Amino acid sequence: MKTPNVTEALGDSKLQLAIYSATARMAERRRDVVSPDAMPDYQALRQHAHDIKKHTLDHLDFYLEQMEKNVEARGGKVIWARDGAEACAFIQKLARDRGVKVIVKSKSMTTEEIHLNDHLEGDGVEAVETDLGEYILQLGGEKPFHIIAPALHKTKEDVSDVFEKHLHSKRETSPEGLTKIARIALREKFLEAGMGISGANFLVADSGAVVLVENEGNARLTSSAPKIHVAVSGIEKLIPRAQDLAVFLKLLGRSATGQPLSVYTSFLAGPKREGEPDGPEEFYLVLLDNGRTKLLADESKRQSLYCIRCGACLNHCPVYRKIGGYNYPWVYSGPIGKILTPQFMGIEHDPWLPFASSLCGACGEVCPVKIEIPRILLELRSDKVAKGGDNVELWSFKVWSWVMRHPKIYAQLASAALSAAPTKKDSFFAVGPLKNWLSQRDLPVPPAKSFRDWWKERTH
Amino acid sequence: MMRVSLFVTCVVDQVFPNVGMAMAEVLERAGCEVEFRESQTCCAQPAFNSGYRDQARSVAEHFLTTFEGAEYIVVPSGSCCSMISHHFAELLPGDKRVHDLEPRVFEFSQFLLNVLKVDDVGASFDALVTYHDSCHALRELKIKNGPRQLLGNVRGLRLVEMDIAEECCGFGGTFSVKFPEISGGMVRTKIDSIERTGASTVVSIDSSCLMQIQGALSRAGSKIRTMHLAEILASK
Repeated sequence: MKTPNVTEALGDSKLQLAIYSATARMAERRRDVVSPDAMPDYQALRQHAHDIKKHTLDHLDFYLEQMEKNVEARGGKVIWARDGAEACAFIQKLARDRGVKVIVKSKSMTTEEIHLNDHLEGDGVEAVETDLGEYILQLGGEKPFHIIAPALHKTKEDVSDVFEKHLHSKRETSPEGLTKIARIALREKFLEAGMGISGANFLVADSGAVVLVENEGNARLTSSAPKIHVAVSGIEKLIPRAQDLAVFLKLLGRSATGQPLSVYTSFLAGPKREGEPDGPEEFYLVLLDNGRTKLLADESKRQSLYCIRCGACLNHCPVYRKIGGYNYPWVYSGPIGKILTPQFMGIEHDPWLPFASSLCGACGEVCPVKIEIPRILLELRSDKVAKGGDNVELWSFKVWSWVMRHPKIYAQLASAALSAAPTKKDSFFAVGPLKNWLSQRDLPVPPAKSFRDWWKERTH
Repeated sequence: MMRVSLFVTCVVDQVFPNVGMAMAEVLERAGCEVEFRESQTCCAQPAFNSGYRDQARSVAEHFLTTFEGAEYIVVPSGSCCSMISHHFAELLPGDKRVHDLEPRVFEFSQFLLNVLKVDDVGASFDALVTYHDSCHALRELKIKNGPRQLLGNVRGLRLVEMDIAEECCGFGGTFSVKFPEISGGMVRTKIDSIERTGASTVVSIDSSCLMQIQGALSRAGSKIRTMHLAEILASK
């Protein structure tokens, strides 16, 4: 099984420190605000959120139709996109028809998923990311490193380098100063833009509202300044009622950054109405499938779609914290990426992915909607094995299983193995798993006899 | 008298027999009648975690046959214990034997505290010690304070917490050899944290975590040693 080359990421001490400290900071803040003292009903809320998501996805057809009806009742339009190509084609055509040359975008993993920016660029349309982290990455031609903190791996000095090179700004390493540089550049774009594009954190079926949660105010500006607004959302983002937000908003900010509530929570409900000074004149909601209905069909793994993209599982994952966001094959990294990618792309796409986990369970423990990530990883491993392909491993486990059911042979083989156990001296000749073990660690000193031999002597 | 059947696990049987001996000694000292069923082998976890469910299932069946009629089964590993009490049901859904087995399987520290109601076994061990929470014990069996309580009552032992006690050591079974660099990176982060405590000994209730931690400490040339909780509790 081919695995990614992680040597570079692991050997980059600056990168390691950046990932480790940023994720630790988010994890510590989260821990404080969900502690039993700070939030006695936290565990009950998680269960409640899980139950709401379960109910919604079990009845998704109903809620999708309700959403469409309510968006259209408010003067918006719903576009059903089977895949990324359909979603992009709609937005590209709209931009062409309305003569839009500049688009401002607020942070959206869904648009990353469908490579919307590349499509727009191909049409000669300038699509500008307005989330600070995303903007930094876009200028430098990079992809998000983390679901909620896209430029987590960048230091202040790195950001200054990017701004100097692309915005020709002066050397500046204070966060405030850097933000100001971005702000000045972005204001121009907000004024120029003919269209704003956002994602969606939640779609509220009973009111037809698209809810955006953010800290910088750029999503609010993106969705209110330009004349046209397009929200792109996966179909799984639905929740039934506005009152359910009370559950999710409490969990989202806390799980993501340890904030009781994110700074801005915006409700987009169609184009502006008569007498309203702000807001877009046209409002579109693109509802994207792009493989989601395939996951929906699998009852035991369906809960993978409950994800509210808080990023807590990344911050707590010891593997993500070592290899970072760029060693995952798709836009969704970390534990949630490990279960989403094989289900969206097919297990054969990156068969190593569900195996790249120590199954420590930290992800499942912090997931605000209680997705059983470790259990799903185990199921995906079993799915991968069912597809076949690794006959050496298959036969090894067949032999292993046979030996484990024949205790006398197990005992004989084990004592033979003990007497042949390698020492440091002959580790030079090690191959396969033994070589891999020894590449990082020493072997334990083999005991003189096994427990079963000791027990036999003791009782006889 | 409480009759206890040991499931020592394949790792303890073959690599760390002292842990099994120590566990037997502590249980006998606490007044249990201890047996060891020789047909026992493995809990099936390596195959289960690698996706080979058919192969795991037949080993789980072998386990069920081996421990038929056992009153209590005590295991010196949170991970193997959780395989039996939590994951056998996934391999053999609806199997009555699994259902009957679950309440009778205990990780060693759980058994001392919850069944025998013993939190002081009269051990002494003069050292500064830090405790590593192994993942399956912590997150699947919810074992957090029990081992610390037992360690706290050992004469001469001073317990010091590391800053990342709950973070994985990076072992993860076949993960450790399928992804050696990631696993190695994880254990080095762990031993850095252990080193910072100034402890001379790191204790866990899982021998496989200790194998990983010991292997990395040894590679780093550290003097810190690893010990299973049972070995500490058997010390006089």
